[in-house]
Amino acid sequence: MTQIIYDGSYEGWLTAVFEIYEYKIKDVAFAKDENSNALLFSNTHFVTTDNAKADRVLNGLQKRLSNSGFSNLYYAFLSEMNQIEEILFQYVQYVLASPINIEQDFSNNNVLNVQKATHLTGRESHRMKAFVRFKLTKDNLYYAIVEPDCNVLPLIENHFKNRYADQRWLIYDAKRKYGIYYDLENVSTVEIQFDANSSSSKFLAEISDDNEEFFQSLWRNYFKSVNIESRKNTKLHIQHMPKRYWKNLTEKIPDLKSRK
Amino acid sequence: MVHERVMEKLAILADAAKYDVSCSSSQSTRKNQNKGLGDTGNGICHAYTEDGRCVSLLKILLTNHCIFDCAYCVSRKSNDIKRAAFTVQEVVDLTIGFYRRNYIEGLFLSSGIFDNADFTMERLVRIVKKLRLEENFNGYIHLKAIPGASEELLKEAGLYADRLSVNVEMPTEKSLKLLAPDKNHKDVIQPMQYLKNEIVGYKEEKKSNYKAPLFAPAGQSTQMVIGATQENDLEILGMANYFYDTMQMKRVYYSGYVPISYDNRLPAIGTPVPMIRENRLYQADWLMRFYGFNVNEIVGFDQPNLDLDIDPKLGWALRNLHQFPVDINTADLELILRIPGIGVLSAKKIVAARKFKKLQAADLQKLGIAYSRSKYFLAFASPFQLQKDLTSAQIKEHILNFQKSKYQNNFSNQLALF
Ligand code: SF4
Repeated sequence: MTQIIYDGSYEGWLTAVFEIYEYKIKDVAFAKDENSNALLFSNTHFVTTDNAKADRVLNGLQKRLSNSGFSNLYYAFLSEMNQIEEILFQYVQYVLASPINIEQDFSNNNVLNVQKATHLTGRESHRMKAFVRFKLTKDNLYYAIVEPDCNVLPLIENHFKNRYADQRWLIYDAKRKYGIYYDLENVSTVEIQFDANSSSSKFLAEISDDNEEFFQSLWRNYFKSVNIESRKNTKLHIQHMPKRYWKNLTEKIPDLKSRK
Repeated sequence: MVHERVMEKLAILADAAKYDVSCSSSQSTRKNQNKGLGDTGNGICHAYTEDGRCVSLLKILLTNHCIFDCAYCVSRKSNDIKRAAFTVQEVVDLTIGFYRRNYIEGLFLSSGIFDNADFTMERLVRIVKKLRLEENFNGYIHLKAIPGASEELLKEAGLYADRLSVNVEMPTEKSLKLLAPDKNHKDVIQPMQYLKNEIVGYKEEKKSNYKAPLFAPAGQSTQMVIGATQENDLEILGMANYFYDTMQMKRVYYSGYVPISYDNRLPAIGTPVPMIRENRLYQADWLMRFYGFNVNEIVGFDQPNLDLDIDPKLGWALRNLHQFPVDINTADLELILRIPGIGVLSAKKIVAARKFKKLQAADLQKLGIAYSRSKYFLAFASPFQLQKDLTSAQIKEHILNFQKSKYQNNFSNQLALF
């Protein structure tokens, strides 16, 4: 077994795929730099991300897949599902070995696994389009904090850019410690550090626009008013809005006044 | 303080609007223009209420003052409740403030009738125009067409809103007479007819001239209240079918009646909301719209009501066992769609996946179908215990035993009513 160590990026992984073929490496396991426990393996192979190699793999795949099949690969990669690199690698082997397009071979396990991962990312990016809650600061920035399971910011950027074309906004992934920022022209990736202070209510009150707290209360109030008590269905509610998202959902956080 | 007053109005006017169940924000084609605010798309549910319904739009009444006295409505004139009215500017500010924070896809604005229909409609139109023209807002707007409003106003509404709806509320004219004496069927049907013609006309024009304005690009919809009156499902679905066919409605909504009145023409307060029936009607509605079923296959004079204990597709299959078993490796898509437990997506997957190999039972389970219910209706090429010796009643019993209905609790307390 050879451990393939790459930088965690999609291009890095594609480079790795290229080199596995190039060096005819058999039996691989993938690891990202950070948590590699290289000692467990007798063989390791370090991959330096190389866009030319990555492109060649992409070109090969593009020839054998439909447009959606091709973009599904990227979705699957972003799912960060357990062992996604291995799953995708097996799938790519199947794609490259087959004379025909295999992406609809739904009863094949490789196809099935990749589809699961794609679905996971797709669902989460849809959820993030829904669950982002912007807050307005004094200097007219709409910012939101999210903590998605999958790495979906690259997938939702265009949606927010098209929709909120006339406001500056920032969406920050607190799990992966990076954000996307729109400056009324372009979207760029930004890295910022938040510390414990930045979520304290005192700090938030200081940076917030004067009407921010009012709009949050209005929204909570609205959320309460539209509920029909005699139809209560908590199971369905939680299925649609899983609890892990609640801490960043305005309507699920009590008013500032009632907080300690 | 102004803030407190707006807060109170929002509570009153959102509460009064919530019985309109439509919350769809899809099917419009409006895009962001000139780097303004907002666009429309596939429709996003930004939140879900504790009863599990989608919150996609800011759904409010402009006012709950009303000169009419429809018995099934909380805002009826004779009801002793707090009344409130938003100003035009307040609705605009709320919509924009919510939209910019990504709380909503847009606005669903309805109103009680104050003074007269035109006066009310004019105010609604003024709000939409302000949003579109002054705020450069391109998000979704669903506007209620007030029955009896003039065609000029309906036309203006259509030019700025994405969807318009006129609610029939009562499935038959008889019930409407009984419960909404101020209204008549004509006032409801006429604007629908008018809107349909305009929608079709503008769509035609758009084909030859891309600069032609949009007119209610997300079409029109309507709502029927279920369980307040005596209609059976045959009458309700027949009416829905008429709306889809003749009025080219995008959606018909079914709203299980929530008892809100001691009026003895209506179910008493405390009567459970007919949620299973409502759910079955939606399932039947889907069969008509997406599965190629004709309304007569779902309900008929011999059985005018949907089964409550099983879904309408399974009901149809059990009445038509002679059509089964279906061989998923060879049957046409239309037939596969009719197998209980197989949805539209899975049916398409089956048709795609069978090109690679002959599908077996184990493959089907991977495709995400409800195998436990579909297995009674499937034929496989390889030896497989064909289940066709079972009678309808036996199959039904097997399936019901297997699945614990999620509505079981509701179901038992509802049965007591019949
Ligand atoms: S006209 Fe509309 S708001 Fe007025 S009572 Fe009838 S249903 Fe309610």
